[in-house]
Amino acid sequence: MILVWFIAILVVGGAACWVVARWSTAVCRWIALAVTAADFILSLALWIRNYPVNLLQQQDWLRQVNWTWFPDAGIHFHLAIDGLSLLLVVLTFFLGIVSVLASWTEIREGVGFFHLNLLWVLAGITGVFLAMDLFLFYFAWELMLIPMYFLIAIWGHERRVYAAVKFFLFTQLSGLLMLISILALYFIHHSATGVYSFEYSDLIGTSMPLHVAIWVMLGFFIAFAVKLPMVPVHTWLPDAHTEAPTAGSVILAGLLLKTGAYGLLRFVVPLFPAAAHWFSPVATILAVIGILYGAVLAFAQTDLKRLVAYTSVSHLGFVLLAIFVGNKLALEGALITIIAHGISTGALFVLVGALQERIHTREMDRMGGLWQTIPRLSGAAMFFAMASIGLPGLGDFVGEFLILLGTYKVSVGLTVAAAIGVLFSTLYGLKFIQRAFHGSNIHHWELHDLFAREVVIVAPMILILLWLGLFPQPVLNTFTVTMDKLQQTASQQYQAYEGGQQ
Amino acid sequence: MISAAGLVAILPLVLLAGTPVALMLIIAVHRSHRMALGLTLLGLAASFGSLWIAADVVPQRVTALLRIDQYALVYFGMIIAATIAVAGLAYGYLEQHAVEKEEFYILLVTAALGAAVLAASSHFVSFFLGLEILSISLYALNAYIYSRKTALEAGIKYLVLAAASAAFLLFGMALIYAAVGTMEFGHMAELMMETAGPNRTLLLPGLAMVITGMGFKLALVPFHMWTPDVYQGAPPPVAAFIATVSKGGMFALLLRYFYRLELHNYAPIVAVFTIIAIASMLGGNLLALLQSNVKRILAYSSIAHMGYALVAFIASGMLAVEAVTFYLIAYFVTIIGAFGVVTVLSNGENDAESLQAYRGLFWRRPALAGVMTAMLLSLIGIPVTAGFIGKFYVVAAGASSSAWPLIIVLVISSSIGAFYYLRVIFALYAGAPETAERPAEVAPRMAFGSSVLVVLTLLLIWLGVYPAPLLHVIRAALPG
Repeated sequence: MILVWFIAILVVGGAACWVVARWSTAVCRWIALAVTAADFILSLALWIRNYPVNLLQQQDWLRQVNWTWFPDAGIHFHLAIDGLSLLLVVLTFFLGIVSVLASWTEIREGVGFFHLNLLWVLAGITGVFLAMDLFLFYFAWELMLIPMYFLIAIWGHERRVYAAVKFFLFTQLSGLLMLISILALYFIHHSATGVYSFEYSDLIGTSMPLHVAIWVMLGFFIAFAVKLPMVPVHTWLPDAHTEAPTAGSVILAGLLLKTGAYGLLRFVVPLFPAAAHWFSPVATILAVIGILYGAVLAFAQTDLKRLVAYTSVSHLGFVLLAIFVGNKLALEGALITIIAHGISTGALFVLVGALQERIHTREMDRMGGLWQTIPRLSGAAMFFAMASIGLPGLGDFVGEFLILLGTYKVSVGLTVAAAIGVLFSTLYGLKFIQRAFHGSNIHHWELHDLFAREVVIVAPMILILLWLGLFPQPVLNTFTVTMDKLQQTASQQYQAYEGGQQ
Repeated sequence: MISAAGLVAILPLVLLAGTPVALMLIIAVHRSHRMALGLTLLGLAASFGSLWIAADVVPQRVTALLRIDQYALVYFGMIIAATIAVAGLAYGYLEQHAVEKEEFYILLVTAALGAAVLAASSHFVSFFLGLEILSISLYALNAYIYSRKTALEAGIKYLVLAAASAAFLLFGMALIYAAVGTMEFGHMAELMMETAGPNRTLLLPGLAMVITGMGFKLALVPFHMWTPDVYQGAPPPVAAFIATVSKGGMFALLLRYFYRLELHNYAPIVAVFTIIAIASMLGGNLLALLQSNVKRILAYSSIAHMGYALVAFIASGMLAVEAVTFYLIAYFVTIIGAFGVVTVLSNGENDAESLQAYRGLFWRRPALAGVMTAMLLSLIGIPVTAGFIGKFYVVAAGASSSAWPLIIVLVISSSIGAFYYLRVIFALYAGAPETAERPAEVAPRMAFGSSVLVVLTLLLIWLGVYPAPLLHVIRAALPG
């Protein structure tokens, strides 16, 4: 039941915010904060109470609800949680709190509707991480699109309409391709077993010829690759990230992209192991291209938000690489990268947003020497930039290091190319710090340093990155069983397929 | 002779036919807009209620002309419910105009009767009768606000084109009759199989002409030319009526005709429908991109949506009929809701048709903008709305019979479609929220229309979240 509460609290809270905002926007903000905090505490409690014993011994799911929804079509309202989903849900609620706090002074118009959308997009994302019925999954997948569209289109910056529409169309089209694949899988499963079911555990192990599996897998893959985003279907991302309000950027980079990675991990590889294996050369090469391309383009940007946006393309390239390399080290690295990137990039967007509120520009040329006037903000920005370029001792380093190790076992060439991407990241990280914060204060900015509210946002994020960087074992332990299971199903299926071939 | 059970079965039709007569008599004695509406709603409600009485005796063949089965009753229900909604919306709209108001309802219910006859028709004669009852009422309804040039244009355009298409239809029927010697759908199938020689060459042109007549009513590409102009010129409630009741009745007939005659076995016919479906989906959506008039956008969107429904229809797997029926129900709710918002926003001088009229509506009238958003999201096919389940169903029907090319076109064209719906949605939320002045309350004469919108929105969400009960009903209703 707690899983239903996760979502219900957000949905009801969002509606309450909207109603209350007619009288008081402050109350609305506090409600939003309380709602996300309540969910965060609930999810944290779930984690701590089950760590490590239950998580290491879980058989099926840690918790689940399974209600019949459309009995004739085999559709269930099935939410379930395991280690992987748990970590992502905790991340979702944490970044939810961050987003609410980050919008505290930035959003002044339509406050109620803003928080309604903010909380509902979180509800949709939570649904995506918990749904174990493919119909429900698609339902949540499409549902998170609308509030995000509104967040960008109403409260975004200069070119918000263009960015919002582009975001919507990319996701909508790719989502529909996934719908076709879901239905194809459903009917293939029916013709093999005579049972109509959208249930994840039923559909795993549906046998089909390789050429069919490849087509069906591609539908899923494209939908997730657009979200991830993978080069060359990434072009919506720089626009959406740049034009979104701070909270929107945090959610986009921290969570929405992760739904793509989650989908690949949870669905593409376990459902279509043979096809995924067949496809892995293409996917890994595209991943490496993404790593390099994202890093090079990030270096070329002068708009801070755009710069951070392109770094996401690069970092998520590592995740894609890891998922299709598929060994234990790489997958562990992928998980750490997913979380660490969510935190570090989220924090960078918060800081860039805070900066924009102060100087009303994101152009690096209009900055320079800011360290002199706002040392705390600059210091924090430097910390997260270092995290983002993979400084040892911080979360991102662990993730990328593990991924490179895992990849090395499979292909030295790919490892070398990806490692060059790490090198490029140093360039854009240093450029970011140098152009914006170092040097002399040529524009004579006199700004207010971080407010207490902003310190409250940033300080825990610093601690989490240090924790992930120095002692990531609890996170990895939480993930172990899920990962073993995902890998096991994949390899069993694959062997069965190979056996069938001979 | 009609048996007693037959009379019970056509009770809904009898009540539909009786309502306009009663209305005429009342108007002759005393003119009152409110009373006319009340009587109309009473008659429609009685007819709707009699569906359950009729359900006990179906299936029934009532003379050679009509076949009342569960399938026909489902479509009766859709037609009557939609007419109730349209009448509710029209009340406030007519109040703002200096025209004779009461006759509107006579025409409206008569048109609904025509559509219902189509849904139950199993014979060329009832087909043609139903079509003409429907069309002739619509000529007048289109031009009802006769002081407006656009309304007259709509009326005349519809008159000329509908008459031309009816001529095609009649000629087609004549050719088929000449070839097989019967006008009843039931016998036609076997006779068509047996037909050989020169008579067989008459069949295909005959079928093609019948399809032309149907295509006109359904506004499928390439028979869609009239749609945008008529939707723009007609009063918005009438446009909603044309988009739903008129098309719904014709679609019901198309399905029955197709199944009865087993036309899937005729490769050329299937090919023609495939081309029409693809052209409608792409044409409707692409042409809508160029529009900035909300009524015209909805007109083109309705062309595309008929194309989507055709996809399920052509797929013709086991899911086809239920998919089409559910899709049409979802579409009925959505399009009446969208035109309902247009109606409620219209005033005596102008209909709310330019995108400008919708700018920042959310900050002035959030509820109304919310309804419009829900309707547009349903047209895109976003979850929690009926449109989502409808689209899901259509794709499922296509996938179950592996109609991949059609589904791919559907996916691409509906993504194109999302673009212009988003433009309208964006207009609703554009503008500076704080500066907009608080709106005047909804005028009391629109209160009735507003409550219709509330019901439609609830229905939209209910169908989008828990359609199981309705699906249960639909599943039992196969065209016989």
